[in-house]
Amino acid sequence: MTVDTDVRPLVSMRGITIAFPGVLALDGVDFFLRPGEVHSLMGENGAGKSTLIKALTGVYAIDAGTIEVADEQRDFSSTADAQAAGISTVYQEVNLCANLSVGENVMLGHEPRGLLGIDWNAVHRDAARHLASLGLDLDTRSPLASHSIAIQQLVAISRAMVLDAKVLILDEPTSSLDRGEVDQLFAVIRSLRERGVAILFVSHFLEQVYEISDRITVLRNGALIGEYLVEDLPREALVTAMIGRELDELSALSGAAERTIDRAGTPVLSAEGVGRKGVLEPADLDVFEGEVVGIAGLLGSGRTELVRLLYGADKADAGQISVAGERAKMHAPRHAIDRGIAFSSENRRAEGVVAELSVAENMILGVQAQRGWMRRLSKTEQDAIVAEYMEALGVRPADPTVPIGTLSGGNQQKVLLARWLAMQPRLLILDEPTRGIDVGAKADIQRKVAQLAAEGLSVVFISSELEEVLRITQRLVVLRDRRKIGELDPTEVDLDGLVDYIANAGHTERSATR
Amino acid sequence: MTAVVTEAPKASSMDRMRTFAARRASVLPTLAAIAILIVLLAGAQVEFGNFLTPGNLSALLLDHAYLLVLAVGMTFVIVTGGIDLSVGSVMAFTGILGASMLASGIPVWIVVPVMLAGGAAIGTLIGVLVQYFNVQPFIASLAGLFLGRGLAYVVSLSSIRVENPPILWLQQTRFVMGSWYITPTGIIALIVVAIGAVVMALTRFGRTVYAIGGSEQSARLMGLSVARTKVLVYVISGLCGGLAGLLLTAYSGAGYPRYGIGTELDVIACVVIGGTLLTGGRGYVLGSMVGVFVFATITTIISFMGAEQAWTHIIVGALLLLFIVVQRAIVARSDRQT
Repeated sequence: MTVDTDVRPLVSMRGITIAFPGVLALDGVDFFLRPGEVHSLMGENGAGKSTLIKALTGVYAIDAGTIEVADEQRDFSSTADAQAAGISTVYQEVNLCANLSVGENVMLGHEPRGLLGIDWNAVHRDAARHLASLGLDLDTRSPLASHSIAIQQLVAISRAMVLDAKVLILDEPTSSLDRGEVDQLFAVIRSLRERGVAILFVSHFLEQVYEISDRITVLRNGALIGEYLVEDLPREALVTAMIGRELDELSALSGAAERTIDRAGTPVLSAEGVGRKGVLEPADLDVFEGEVVGIAGLLGSGRTELVRLLYGADKADAGQISVAGERAKMHAPRHAIDRGIAFSSENRRAEGVVAELSVAENMILGVQAQRGWMRRLSKTEQDAIVAEYMEALGVRPADPTVPIGTLSGGNQQKVLLARWLAMQPRLLILDEPTRGIDVGAKADIQRKVAQLAAEGLSVVFISSELEEVLRITQRLVVLRDRRKIGELDPTEVDLDGLVDYIANAGHTERSATR
Repeated sequence: MTAVVTEAPKASSMDRMRTFAARRASVLPTLAAIAILIVLLAGAQVEFGNFLTPGNLSALLLDHAYLLVLAVGMTFVIVTGGIDLSVGSVMAFTGILGASMLASGIPVWIVVPVMLAGGAAIGTLIGVLVQYFNVQPFIASLAGLFLGRGLAYVVSLSSIRVENPPILWLQQTRFVMGSWYITPTGIIALIVVAIGAVVMALTRFGRTVYAIGGSEQSARLMGLSVARTKVLVYVISGLCGGLAGLLLTAYSGAGYPRYGIGTELDVIACVVIGGTLLTGGRGYVLGSMVGVFVFATITTIISFMGAEQAWTHIIVGALLLLFIVVQRAIVARSDRQT
């Protein structure tokens, strides 16, 4: 453990303990945050990161321990208390009000007031000033909803600055941003660091953690593993600290790309010129038996749109789709399901889990729907399916009766995977199955996908993490700006090559035709 | 910091309209309501020839003063994403309570505050149920509806005449300007609208109401006083119910326990027609006033035609449906922009 003590911590959390019924979420954790540093909090899901953040932001009350902010002991009983102490948080899902204007979101609760109440001109003037200090030039009177998530995130940070935050907590701020937006966010973070703001950064993207952080604290199973300076903690050491075992698992999969696929026969799914006006230009796609086809491209390139058209979640207005050589109408998810196609949405919470139902009920949902509600699965059949997949996917906790909402993101994703696998599909479409989940669960899911493909299942795999796509697919379809720009063989391209292809391929051809 | 993000296009004269539409998409439903109001008034004038008279227009306001007051309170509730079904029976309860207190000789300066407090008390009850016991607003205010109506019957089963001069003064005094006239009840209603509009637009409380309607979770995490605000909107609605009870008693010269049955639905219809989103987050007090005038105009047109008043409800129902569809379309459009 290397901790330099030259700078006095702005936030000192000592011996923080928080217990939930049956779980010790945090067990005597110490955490220190110094002014002018970016400090990453790392750990797998369930390690206690969110709990620690919630303790610091006043969402949870602590059962034991002390929190000092600027040498003063604090006892937070609400988020307002924490904000008053200079602690602001920007969450993964932007917590602003989309119905209000940009300026109002920045200033809400702190609006300058005149004799007649809120002085709207002053509100927008101040908001524009705060935004400008982060390098943002927005129409403060435009509704927040008209801006991208990235901009909304920056607006949320501006808001934190209005509160004169000494401590800024960024909880997974980058999970839905593309690279350019991340750069923009990082530029803002760096300028805040220069102003002496203490920044607590949480991200699942190791690259980003190493790019922006000065210091890293690692938690595991609710306990503190250690606090390190970034330069003293190589990646392997970090991953080892986080999961407590050597992580060869991810690299062990690297053989998947070399697996040869027989593309002579009839494709399991064949799409010709499938597109939808304003959503996706017509694109072709074949998926063969046992093949994992990766779809790569930036956020907004049309990845999700493409698979939603294939699945019938959105209706295509051009092209045709064949399943196993037979022409198929895909006008509703029902049609796809009937033909053995399963789709796991990227929007886990809204289009995936039913949070109030148990893990077992969530798993059974797909099979039961497929059979029809009149033919109820017997208790034994249910138990058999649930037991099989709990085991196969390593769902934690191993209790199928708990509500799925209480599980970590990674485990929820495993349950969803189980739901679709239980239906025994011939083609499985996974949209961002590993987003926002921890390394261990990610490895589990990747391993399962590779194994299923080896057994003959066809998979369409979308991921923002290009390494992951390169590692587990046998063919890559690259999209850009809602257009398919080509296909790549993952054995013939490395990460840099793929990034370059996504960024540049096709530009030359297009200018030549002009 | 060198990176400068420019998202807002500098408005050229050509797309100034578009900028307006983007910034102020939330007033579009209210503008639509104004357009419908104008069409209705113009149509009625063409049809009957004597519709747009000062006397008739004055009556339009004065006959619906209580509805206007209820609509102001309801706007607060609906903008937070809630609903208050109790207002009709709260109005009946405070009305009959006031009438009976006056009949037993209690002075008016005690009676009026008690009426207002009675409404606010039922509102507080609903607000506390919603906020602290996590009861759905629909259910909590349904309980308020039954409570108010039940209490009204407890006070009296039959109508009680009001002969108290200050109360009668509220309705019988006419301030005349040419052929226009207004009574104190009308003035009170307009003052309530003005206060409501100012509170919604220019106070932190009002903005918190909008923030809660946009996202309650966000509002809480932004450190706004969500709990207090959510209780307060129901208190305001209850208070408006009490005041409407006073206005209706003055207007009709009596308290009656069966007043206002179904009025809560008229009020909700007016508020929605006036451009307030039932899901919360968008809406204007002045829009609700337009909604009340649309409702009032339809009622008046029907009585001019000598048709069955049931047609009022059919037409208002159709309009309501139309407006909800229009709002869906507007919301869907502005969501797509993201």
